[in-house]
Amino acid sequence: MNDLSAADALPRGTLSRLMQRKAALFGLVIIAMVVAGALLAPWIAPYDPNEQMFDGLTLEGAPMPPGGQFLLGTDLLGRDLFSRLLHGARTSLVIGIVANGLALLIGTLVGITAGFFRGWIGAGLMRFTDLMMAFPALLLAICLAAIFEPSLWIVAMVIALVNWVQTARVIYTETSSLATRDFIAAERTLGASTSRILFRHVLPHLLPTIIVWGTLGISTTVLLEATLSFLGVGVQPPTASWGNIIFENQTYFQSAPWLVFIPGAAIILLALAFNLVGDALRDVLDPTQRGRD
Amino acid sequence: MAAYLLRRLAQSALILLGVSFITFFLLYVLPADPVRQIAGRSATPETVENIRQQLGLDRPFAVQYARYLGALAQGDMGRSYLQKTEVAELILSRLPATLLLMAGAIFFELLLGLTMGIVAALRRGRAVDQVLMVTSFVTVSAPQFVVSLLLLYVFAVKLGWFPIGGYGTFAHLVLPAITLGILGSGWYARMMRSSMIDVLRADYIRTARAKGLTRGRIVLRHALPNAILPVIAMIGIDIGIFMGGIVVVESVFGWPGIGQLAWQAIQRVDIPIIMGVTLVSAAAIVLGNLIADLIAPFIDPRIRLR
Repeated sequence: MNDLSAADALPRGTLSRLMQRKAALFGLVIIAMVVAGALLAPWIAPYDPNEQMFDGLTLEGAPMPPGGQFLLGTDLLGRDLFSRLLHGARTSLVIGIVANGLALLIGTLVGITAGFFRGWIGAGLMRFTDLMMAFPALLLAICLAAIFEPSLWIVAMVIALVNWVQTARVIYTETSSLATRDFIAAERTLGASTSRILFRHVLPHLLPTIIVWGTLGISTTVLLEATLSFLGVGVQPPTASWGNIIFENQTYFQSAPWLVFIPGAAIILLALAFNLVGDALRDVLDPTQRGRD
Repeated sequence: MAAYLLRRLAQSALILLGVSFITFFLLYVLPADPVRQIAGRSATPETVENIRQQLGLDRPFAVQYARYLGALAQGDMGRSYLQKTEVAELILSRLPATLLLMAGAIFFELLLGLTMGIVAALRRGRAVDQVLMVTSFVTVSAPQFVVSLLLLYVFAVKLGWFPIGGYGTFAHLVLPAITLGILGSGWYARMMRSSMIDVLRADYIRTARAKGLTRGRIVLRHALPNAILPVIAMIGIDIGIFMGGIVVVESVFGWPGIGQLAWQAIQRVDIPIIMGVTLVSAAAIVLGNLIADLIAPFIDPRIRLR
C-alpha cells in the first residue's frame, strides 16, 4: 500500500466495467465518433468548410435543406453544414481538452497545496477559492471574452480561469483528509521528503477524483464554449464552432431550423456523452459508491 | 447563532470587497477603452481627453478604485457612461423582471425535478428509473441557448401557444422560466432520487410498513416530508447558477431584466453597469449560500453551525 503507482490507482478492468454500463457505453461511442470525425475532418468532409458555394444556395438565395447534394444542407452563406460540423468538432475538442486540462491543473495544484500545507497558504488559497465561487461564472467569462480580442486560445484561457474552482474545492477536501491518515504520518516518520509524499502517495490517491472531474469538466467546457460562441464573443467565424454556427444562422432559424438544431443536437450529445462517462467513472472508481445502485 | 451570523456577514462583506476589486482591476487593465465608445469614432483627440478627464479615467488605478468604493459605501454605484442614468436606478428598475423569471424557474425546476426524482426512487433499478436518470443528464447537458431556441421554435413559432419574446403577461414568462429552470431540474431529480432512496431505507419506514400502512400513505406522509427537505434547502445555491443563465435567457427572449442589462453593457464597455450587475449578482450568490447554510441545521439537527 505504501508504493501506489498511477496505474494501480485505476483498478484493472476499469474500461471493461465501464463498457458493461449501457449509458457509459453510449457515451464512449459518441465520444469516439466525435474524436474520429474531428481527426479525420479534412478527409471525411465532402467540401471545404469555408467555401461559399455557388450551388449552395437556392435560386432565391435561401440555404439548402438537408438531403440531396448536401447531406445536412447548407448555411446562410452556402457553406456545407456537415463539413462545418466536422471542423467544428475540432474546435469543441481542442477547447475541451486545452481549457479543461488547464482548469484541472490549476484546480489540482491549488487544492493539493491548500489541503496539504495548512496554515496561511492553505487558508489564503481557500479564501480566494471562496471568492471565486461568488463570481457569476458565465457573466465573468462573457465579460472577459467580450473585452479581449476573442480567439480560440483566449476563449480556452477564459474558460480555464472560471472553471478551476470546483476542482480545487474537491481536491482540497480529499487532500486534507488524506494528509491526516496514518500511512502519510508513517511515511513522514520514515523520513520521506515532502515531494515524495505528495507525488508517490497523495497524488495517486487523488487520481480517480481527478479523472472523474476531468471528464465531467469537459462537458462543462464544451457547453461554455458553445454559449460564448453563440453570443458572438467566443470562437470567431470563419473558424467553425458548433456554437458560432448557431450564432451565424439564428436570425434565419424559423425558416431553416436545421441550421440551429443540428449543431444544437451535436453540442447536447457531446456534453451528454462526457457527463454519462464521468458519472459511470465515479461509480466504478469510488468503492464506497459500489452496490448503491 | 448571532455570533455565527455576524461572522458570516463579515466574511460575505469581505468576499464582495474582493469581487469588486477583481472586477474593477480586470476592467481597468483590459484593452477595451470605454471613452472611445462614448466619444464615437469621429471624435477629436481633445474631445476624447476631455471625456477621459471628466470621468476621472485618467487617474491612477488606486485613486479610481478608492473613489468607486467611497461612493459605493454611500450607496452610489455611479452613472452609466452611455445612458446617463444612475446605475442603482437602472438595476432596481430591471430587478423585478429578473426576480419574477427566477421565481418561475425555481417553480418549474422543482416541479419537474422533484417529480422525476420521486418516481425514479420508487421505481429504482427498473427501466423507468434508468430512462429518468438519463433524461436528467440530458437536461444538464443542454445549453440554455439551444433549449430556448427549441422551445421558441416548437411552442411559439409552430404551435403559437406562447409569444416569441417580450414581457408583461403570464404567457411571456412560461418559456423563459422553463429554459432557465430545466438545467436545475436534472440536478434536483438526482438529489431527490438519492435522498428518497436513503429515507425509504430508514427503520421508521419499515415500521410504517409493518404497521400495515398503504404504500401511498407511507410515501406521501412518512417518506416524502423527510426526503424533500434537504433537497429544497439547495434553492439558495441555485441563485448562483441562475445568475449566469439569465444573461443568455434574457437576451434570447428579450426579457428586460438585469441579465439583458449586463449583456448590453458588456457590448458597449459601460463599466459602471458591468460593475454594478457583477456586484449585485455576487451579493445574491453569497446571500443564497448563506441562506442555504442557515436553513441546514433546522432541517437536519445533527448539523451545527460553526
